[in-house]
Amino acid sequence: MAGKKLGFYVFFIPVFLWLFLLIVVPHIELFLMSLRTEDWVGNTSWSLANYKNFFSEPIYWLTFVRTAIYSILVTCITAIIAFPVAFFITKVANPRFSGFLAVLLLMPFWVSELVRVYGWMILLRESGVINHFLLQLGLISKSVEMLYNDISMVMVLVYTSMLFMVVPLLSVLESLDDSLIEAAYDLGASSWTILTKIILPHSKPGLTSGAIVVFMLTLGNYLTPNLIGGKSSLWFTEQIYTQFIASFNWNQGAAFGFLLLALSSLIIWIGLKLTRQNLTKVVQ
Amino acid sequence: MKKVLVGVISILFLSVSLGWAQSTLKLLTWKGYAPKELVEKFEKQTGIKVEVTYSNNEEMIAKLRATRGGGFDLIQPSQDRIASVQAKYHIYQPLDYSKIKTENIIPSMLEAVKKNTLVQGKSYAVPFCWGTSGLIVNKKFAPEASDYTDLLNPKYKGRISYRLKRPTLIGLAFALGYNPFELYSNPQEYAKMMEKIGEKLIASKSLVKNYWTNGDALLELLRSKEVFVAMGWDGGGWKLHKENPDIDFVAPKSGALGWIDTFALPAKAKNVDAAYKWINFMLEPENAAYFTNKEGYFTASKGVEKFLLPEIKDNLTRSFSSADIDNIKWYPPVPAQIEAIEAKILDKVKAAR
Amino acid sequence: MVVDLKVEKVSKVFGTFKAVDEVSFEVVSGNFFSILGPSGCGKTTLLRMIAGFLEPTEGQIYIRQKLVNGIPPNQRPVNLVFQNLALFPMMNVFENIAFGLKRRKVEKKVIEAKVKDILARVGLSGFEKKKINELSGGQKQRVAIARALVLEPSVLLLDEPLGALDLKLREQMKVELKKLQAEVGTTFVYITHDQSEALVMSDFVAVMNKGRFEQIDTPQNLYRSPKTAFVAKFVGDNNALEGEMLKKEGEMVLVSAYGHEFWVRAGSYRLGKKISVFIRPESFLLEPEENLSKVNRLKVKIKDILFDGANSKLLCLLPAGPEIMVALPQNKKFAHLKPGDDLNIGWFYEDSLAFS
Ligand SMILES: Nc1ncnc2c1ncn2[C@@H]1O[C@H](COP(=O)(O)OP(=O)(O)OP(=O)(O)O)[C@@H](O)[C@H]1O
Ligand SMILES: [Mg+2]
Repeated sequence: MAGKKLGFYVFFIPVFLWLFLLIVVPHIELFLMSLRTEDWVGNTSWSLANYKNFFSEPIYWLTFVRTAIYSILVTCITAIIAFPVAFFITKVANPRFSGFLAVLLLMPFWVSELVRVYGWMILLRESGVINHFLLQLGLISKSVEMLYNDISMVMVLVYTSMLFMVVPLLSVLESLDDSLIEAAYDLGASSWTILTKIILPHSKPGLTSGAIVVFMLTLGNYLTPNLIGGKSSLWFTEQIYTQFIASFNWNQGAAFGFLLLALSSLIIWIGLKLTRQNLTKVVQ
Repeated sequence: MKKVLVGVISILFLSVSLGWAQSTLKLLTWKGYAPKELVEKFEKQTGIKVEVTYSNNEEMIAKLRATRGGGFDLIQPSQDRIASVQAKYHIYQPLDYSKIKTENIIPSMLEAVKKNTLVQGKSYAVPFCWGTSGLIVNKKFAPEASDYTDLLNPKYKGRISYRLKRPTLIGLAFALGYNPFELYSNPQEYAKMMEKIGEKLIASKSLVKNYWTNGDALLELLRSKEVFVAMGWDGGGWKLHKENPDIDFVAPKSGALGWIDTFALPAKAKNVDAAYKWINFMLEPENAAYFTNKEGYFTASKGVEKFLLPEIKDNLTRSFSSADIDNIKWYPPVPAQIEAIEAKILDKVKAAR
Repeated sequence: MVVDLKVEKVSKVFGTFKAVDEVSFEVVSGNFFSILGPSGCGKTTLLRMIAGFLEPTEGQIYIRQKLVNGIPPNQRPVNLVFQNLALFPMMNVFENIAFGLKRRKVEKKVIEAKVKDILARVGLSGFEKKKINELSGGQKQRVAIARALVLEPSVLLLDEPLGALDLKLREQMKVELKKLQAEVGTTFVYITHDQSEALVMSDFVAVMNKGRFEQIDTPQNLYRSPKTAFVAKFVGDNNALEGEMLKKEGEMVLVSAYGHEFWVRAGSYRLGKKISVFIRPESFLLEPEENLSKVNRLKVKIKDILFDGANSKLLCLLPAGPEIMVALPQNKKFAHLKPGDDLNIGWFYEDSLAFS
């Protein structure tokens, strides 16, 4: 009995310390900071003004809405592309080949995000590689700018997110028994019905956990929207950066950080509700 | 085998003890402000190791604010960004000018910096280098671009780039007939003026290719002829001129914006002696000239002329007539609330469709 | 008599390997037809061709006189119960069974009635809302069969559906399945490698070996008159004695083996010099009376007694020959036998079969 308890504490204490010291404590300080405002001289006082600012200033909440919508879009596109890829790797490709395919997916992550983004810039820019080839092939007569627009931004965000969607999908699809698909087929189902009634419901946990990760990563991305995005691609993380760095307003920045956390959690919660799932199931 | 082991261990010990004995200078500065050759020379001369971290004005301040003035021994903010930050956050310590070889510094510049960084009777910086923001133009495609307003000129649609940062706002303010520096003391008026400039920027948003965020990216845009008219630093423009004579820095008609980057001591600097040594080292004419020859920015060091390359001297005379020099708008210290006003306008411009 | 399924010279080749080799057979409506064969003989391959998951390399398959080659599984009037059942874990019992009906756009009310009806038939009334992982092995079995049966297929194909069950349950399900089939009257094609399953349930059994059908017959005939050595060995227990043919008189053959001479029945017309003789354990007479005629006699030594209730056997040694299994009736008469004893055994000429 005592041994069991000891065992519990042996595992519990490091987990608790980790959660508490590395996650909770820094957030407490940030949270307190977000509840204070500063006057011109640098004296601070308690207030909710930082949170009010978010809702009263359209730029702020519009930027958030924009960021959230784009993140949802990126999540959807990533899922739509990742699904067939994962399906191909697990169910269609030769098993010896599928390991290689999975490694191929990992490749972009061997370099840092900055390098990856610059790589894309070299490819897409007006005087870039793709334009060069299109010109050489005579497919276009004049270089076109493929950078600095939202489509390229979404594309690169999807590219960056792919792995995080494919990996959980690989594992759920791996666990899908082929005979279920055949059984449905045998019972008269069309390919579409098999996809919607058998494969997708089975993949739901993987799809959801992948979607949560991709959504959060995209929402929290800074480099890609900043470097690839169009002239109007204000991302909410940029707002936080601006508040902290350019405006010296750490209190406002902290409030934005918490709003980002709260609102994105809310979006995920709504998403889970809409698809009738709960988080514990997904985490399993 | 044993010998090798002993050797390895003694080397380890030696390096550890050397590491202890050897003092280090932690320098927070801009890219290019500590050329490798000069760092090596300094290390050889003094035995002090130099650790360099690159940053920009905003991040330098944020970093020091986070550590309440610790973590670095010497930093190089622009002179206009020191006084108000110091008054509010106390992240610097006053300079002991007696430890600086002020005879090496151009007196007028030293006086200006001292005056601009004066907080409660003490000054906080010495000048290191100076330069201007203005236009970088590809004269082959945009021979007539001569003022900030050309950043809004439909003639160059899609071939324009600038930074969504305060120099752009201020440059445009001058070009549109305001005097933003005079309005520093009047935030209401300043905000009104910025609203107007923001509207202008939004109205001509479709003309801009992109808002550049990083100096190298800007140079690449100009180099690849994707952009003909940009707002940028003189040093960058001159660097490109060397590669392609079509491209050059142009001092805008309404005045280039003059900045002075300085040396300042963080409040909790550990190795103050090393910091003073580095300041004096960098302002020695020979070293300062090396820096200028390499990066294109002029320093506050007196008597560098004889070390400067002719082409560097030529840069100045090519881009600036003497009237242009007189017309340089030097940034006065910026009051704190001004930057918040600007940040809001910049957000608005970026968010606009 | 309506023929529900007709398979004509069907072959399937994987690369260079012939998994199914010119198989032909017919199944009459309402019959329980089993395909019996050892693991890897091609049973599943054959069944998957009938279901439509594989295309035959050669040959034709007709379902109710209609050629179905090239028609995909979702359009064939046959249904398959999978070796591992393949119930949909994301659906409950009702949804599993209703799945096929919904695909046919059957009215909701009708679906409910049909599901209820079929659940009653398989003895699972009231199980509609249960989740699949809440069912026992036998219950899953029944749901899987119900899911296919509810579609009223022309032919129901079953691929070793009892394979995953434990012995006791398997015995019970065997009987139930036969009863169910008799009740609904659907044509069953049932695959198994367990001869007892095939014998108990089927109207006809096809014995399959290395991709070929060796014999198609009623269970009784398979047992009594196997047509090949393989069938003799595979269906029921059998003792095999190797010997040489000395002469043939009509149906009967004189064989010499291990220094003895026996009269045995010829299993096929053409016999070579080398001959295998098959005698079932239960064909042996223990201590046969002297006056019986047409009996082969042997003297063996009891090596071991394998007690298994009504299935108990004696393991005997034939001098200079193989071990012989002899059925041991569980009555007082032979209770005295113990290992090491000598024993006279014999069998009627009729009860042994010779193959080359
Ligand atoms: N897709 C395939 N490619 C190549 N060979 C195959 C394929 N499917 C089956 N085989 C081979 O065909 C033979 C018959 O396989 P099948 O699955 O029909 O056996 P089975 O009689 O059902 O065996 P079991 O009782 O073990 O299920 C086996 O030797 C198998 O290796
Ligand atoms: Mg099989």
